Amino acid sequence: MKVVVPSQLRGYTAGQAEVEATGATLDAVFDDLDRRFPGFRFRVIDEQRRLRRHILVFLGEHRTDDLDTPVLGHQTVTIVGALSGG
Amino acid sequence: MPQLYIATRKGLWIATSDAARATWTLSEPSFFGTQCHHAVLDPRDGRTLLCASRQWHLGPTVFRSDDLGQTWKEAATPPRFPTGEPRGRAVDHVFWLTPGHASEPGVWYAGTSPKGLFRSDDGGVNWAPVAGFNDHPDQPTWVGSDKDETPDGGKLHSILVDPRDPRHLYLGMSGGGIFESTDRGEDWRPLNWGVAMDFAPPRDDGSEYPFGHDPHCMVQHPSQPDRLWHQNHCGIYRIDRTSPPSATDRWERVGKNMPPEIGDIGFGIATHPRAPDTAWVFPMDGTGNWSRTSPSGKPAVYRTTDGGQSWVRKDAGFPTEQAWWTVKRQALAIDDLAPVGLYLGNTNGELWASDDEGDSFRCLFRHLPHIFAVTVGTPA
Repeated sequence: MKVVVPSQLRGYTAGQAEVEATGATLDAVFDDLDRRFPGFRFRVIDEQRRLRRHILVFLGEHRTDDLDTPVLGHQTVTIVGALSGG
Repeated sequence: MPQLYIATRKGLWIATSDAARATWTLSEPSFFGTQCHHAVLDPRDGRTLLCASRQWHLGPTVFRSDDLGQTWKEAATPPRFPTGEPRGRAVDHVFWLTPGHASEPGVWYAGTSPKGLFRSDDGGVNWAPVAGFNDHPDQPTWVGSDKDETPDGGKLHSILVDPRDPRHLYLGMSGGGIFESTDRGEDWRPLNWGVAMDFAPPRDDGSEYPFGHDPHCMVQHPSQPDRLWHQNHCGIYRIDRTSPPSATDRWERVGKNMPPEIGDIGFGIATHPRAPDTAWVFPMDGTGNWSRTSPSGKPAVYRTTDGGQSWVRKDAGFPTEQAWWTVKRQALAIDDLAPVGLYLGNTNGELWASDDEGDSFRCLFRHLPHIFAVTVGTPA
């Protein structure tokens, strides 16, 4: 499936705003992203399998925090760096 | 020539001096837009530079450079607690970095928020928890609750490695107190006798609290390692360890010799690399609302040359009024030249320096972001 990568993470994807990944669940998708782009996963998901506080993940238009959510191949995973900073 | 590693709220800058420390040049930023909590050059090789970083959205990590910051590579395994551990801890940020003992090249220690201790055996590429501390049965009591934390989370800091013995370690926690290990981190014991804890009521039995204190920064004298200094939330302290070090050794509040109108509250402390009786502090306002700025808006360093029995104000070159500085615990640093250079970074993004052991100061750089930490290194 297609994964939309926010600007904060494009240092891992050689500047690509969209990348391809595979996986039957969001968890597996992030594992695949980490294989392709080492270090990616831990910047987004902590060691207790929780999404970082200011990271949002959408499957299509639906937001989810559940890494066990099934992902279908035609769906787009969008990662968003939510409001933060200052 | 010395370099300064200036870790800020929005990136890392490196300042390089000429031989006379007269002219300093500032690099372009690394990790621009990210929070850099500490950057430290490995004194064992003069080449390896580690930087603890996070980004507003992204999790914590450590970057490593072996060319003095020209290029960086992220740790393959950054500091992290074990997945699924019962307490559910997750590293929010890596706060402190300490190179290991001279006999253990490649060993580094990291302190995190929430309070955790981590070690790398391969120069910062892979990090592992120090279970002897993080999972010590008393550790939950030592670290306390979220009421025992600084506003952006508790800190494990001031990791010190005894230059005579790689097994002898110290650390500080805000809050929690000072602890030491004599077996390379397998077991730990508190070392807080003599330290005030004004934010807690007296114990019913009149005894001292063994831990729960709030050390802000601790340093160990390099050539007289039994002497340590620390700046605490509740004063300035010095200790001279007995031999062998005893758990009953006591800290002496040498800050009681500071002028009463200034007090002995502050964040950072530094000790002279050759003169164990000399130390510097940068007092802050710890009255009323605890503004943590320079008392009366008049910045000054105080220096002792007699082990803390007396302190002398050093403010030549600093603004004389309306300068409400805060200098954080990692942002008071020294070099090892003669005379010793002293460096202060403030939260207004100014870097101040003295090349005469604090007798006079000048501003090297201004308009940087909020400075978290300043360290000094000498590239090989």
